[in-house]
Amino acid sequence: MYRYDEFDAAFVRERVAQFRYQVERRLSGELTEDEFKPLRLMNGLYLQLHAYMLRIAVPYGTLSARQLRMLAHIARKYDKGYGHFTTRQNIQFNWIKLVDVPDVLSDLADVEMHCLQTSGNCIRNVTADHFAGAAADEIEDPRTLAEIVRQWSTLHPEFTYLPRKFKIAVGGSVHDRTALKFHDVGIEIVKNDTGETGYRVLAGGGMGRTPYVGHVVGDFVAREDILAFLEAVMRVYNQSGRRDNIYKARIKILVNALGPEEMRKQVMREFEEIKRAGTLDLPEAERKRIAAYFAPPDFEALPVLCEEFEAARLRDGAFRDWARSNLALHRQSGYAIATISLKPIGGVPGDASDAQLDGLADLMDEFGLTEVRVSHEQNLVLPHVRKKDLPAIFARLAALGLATPNAGLVTDIIACPGLDYCDLANARAIPIAQRISERFADLDRQHEIGELKIKISGCINACGHHHAGHIGILGVDKKGVEFYQLQLGGSGAEDASIGDILGPAFAVSEIVDKVEEVIGVYLERREGHERFLDTVRRIGIAPFKERVYAAH
Amino acid sequence: MPLIRNGAFAEDTYVTVADDAALPANGTIVSLARLKAERETLLARNAALGVRLKSAESPEELGDDVHRLSVIVLEFPVFRDGRAFSWARMLRTRLGFTGEIRAAGHFLYDQIAFMARTGFDAWEVPEGFTLEQFQRALGEISYIYQPSADGRPTIRQLRARG
Amino acid sequence: MATPVPQVLTANRLRDGDVVYWRDGAWVEAFADAQIFEAKADADATLLRAAADVKARRVVNPYLFPVRREGGLVRAVEEREIVRSEGPSVRRDLGKQAPTRNATRFDLPARGRWP
Repeated sequence: MYRYDEFDAAFVRERVAQFRYQVERRLSGELTEDEFKPLRLMNGLYLQLHAYMLRIAVPYGTLSARQLRMLAHIARKYDKGYGHFTTRQNIQFNWIKLVDVPDVLSDLADVEMHCLQTSGNCIRNVTADHFAGAAADEIEDPRTLAEIVRQWSTLHPEFTYLPRKFKIAVGGSVHDRTALKFHDVGIEIVKNDTGETGYRVLAGGGMGRTPYVGHVVGDFVAREDILAFLEAVMRVYNQSGRRDNIYKARIKILVNALGPEEMRKQVMREFEEIKRAGTLDLPEAERKRIAAYFAPPDFEALPVLCEEFEAARLRDGAFRDWARSNLALHRQSGYAIATISLKPIGGVPGDASDAQLDGLADLMDEFGLTEVRVSHEQNLVLPHVRKKDLPAIFARLAALGLATPNAGLVTDIIACPGLDYCDLANARAIPIAQRISERFADLDRQHEIGELKIKISGCINACGHHHAGHIGILGVDKKGVEFYQLQLGGSGAEDASIGDILGPAFAVSEIVDKVEEVIGVYLERREGHERFLDTVRRIGIAPFKERVYAAH
Repeated sequence: MPLIRNGAFAEDTYVTVADDAALPANGTIVSLARLKAERETLLARNAALGVRLKSAESPEELGDDVHRLSVIVLEFPVFRDGRAFSWARMLRTRLGFTGEIRAAGHFLYDQIAFMARTGFDAWEVPEGFTLEQFQRALGEISYIYQPSADGRPTIRQLRARG
Repeated sequence: MATPVPQVLTANRLRDGDVVYWRDGAWVEAFADAQIFEAKADADATLLRAAADVKARRVVNPYLFPVRREGGLVRAVEEREIVRSEGPSVRRDLGKQAPTRNATRFDLPARGRWP
């Protein structure tokens, strides 16, 4: 993973000092709240329902054991013993005091971390495939480009006061695990006909009030041109994005107002100028220098079939269950990608305690695992695990409460913090996730259902990505009472689609039953090995509508 | 309002006039609308001329006249409106403007470093704002990751120097 | 004329973000201790007074919210204010609702608020 050099370290230290000075000016009254707010947002500090919430940047979701330990320390010392992993691969703490934040930032700087640009109208954390470097279907590790984009976008003088927030995701595989088509800019690593590697750039995707799938604005951007191209996109957006209405200020609105063709034209115009100036070229030597940080570990030559692993599967039912759902195919023979579910049955999705973070760090050190990843589905991933170590690792995870065998299954639910924590929310999301999880706890039933991504948002801002849920649930407020709207058929993968709303929202007392009814229709109507999503796409939402709105 | 230009408090040698006001004898700053409407008259005068652009007004609207101006004032109606950063950069690089680029309106101390990077060299500051604060604001970002109009060496370039 | 809705004045403490409620010129942490304004005029006047505490950097974002009486109890009308006065419904061990107001171990089972 990337390691700071003296410049990166000095940069982050200076930011800590800068924020300390900003807090001083706020506490002395030199800055009003209105003036301070954009500054604290630039360091990820929100004022939420109960306290300040601090969002820590986890670039492309990659963490070391040392960093995990620091996060555990922060949870203990400054918060209430836990953190929450988000749908943008970050971690947030819910009970932070303003006066402590400069010290928190200083502690984070000690382990090469920060909170820069995790909020505000600027370029946010660059996310990438949580299976990067390990996935069997990977073309190239997307984190190299993600790190390059991260540096270029950090305190960019021209693009720090954008019309609205800006989210970039990078994918390096055929299968998209980043929801990049729902990002302001999504970058796909692709190969052209001559086998050359380049980037397909999409713009204008987004969730929220008006969801959109992104449009291609650059079919094949050469490697050395990518920063110039991104700068061009940002420039068009900064100049022409709407500033009169915050609900119409994202780039998705601009792309759809101009149309993709005009958008391309304007981007190309800026791009050509930047290219001529030559100041943003990305030389191959520099790209390779960054890529070296993401070189895979020294893999052992191991056989495909691992005896210890197979024996454990036969002997231990719990291990077998976990291996069935939580392991993904690794490009290297004898290795596996292990998903650590943060969705215990009935638990709060995406939360981890300080004990769990420390325990995981210990596990990593003991088994020589140098990285853990945060997925945008609010789980953690150990990307390079020797199959022979899996039984022992599983046992350790189980002792930590981190071995729920439900990755990708119906109880692996994404939920935003919702009205339990968030100032913007209209309804609670977490309890809905908990009740659904409990209803479908039976593992046989979960496997019968198969892959089913339920995503829950507590307001129209869609931080729970409900538009991209196979089942999406949106909490709404009807005259002060919480109601829940269902939509079906969304997908955040390479087959991106926005779910269709079924109809009027359901009461709290009904919503879990309705989800069960929807799944019931699927089980009745599916053909062959269709996943839920496939059945919805084949038969449409009418049969589901009929069932959930049938008069009783 | 007090004016800081080239790192020091300076007298404003221009008068900013409303669209319907009489033109002063010397340095004058007008709106884009007035510049377009009275272009011939304004350019014919033997007096320094400047324009004050609203945040929605791109410097490209000045056309070649940009080189006949000695000052361009870029407005921040509210600090959140960051279009002027792009306009300043455009003026310095694409349009090759070498005159004064002045920030006016509502902006934050914390934006001054970004403004200097994108090409601003003058600031209308609130009463009581000190030069010390200004110098401190300019120096807030010692290392930079990306090039801008100021041509400062980036971290990548510093790394290459070893 | 419509029955006036009683109101409570709330804000967040600047230094630690904690939710606080106005009572007789001071800010208290427990909703149960909050001053209740029966008359809109009193509520509005007090909101203006609170601006001084914003200026003095004690609190941020003061605002009024409606409450109602149920039996002998006063409750916030909006769910959002109930959550602010208690804490997250999914972590009953945290926030103002917690018995000791300190975080307890994470492995307490999360319980929802509904039947």
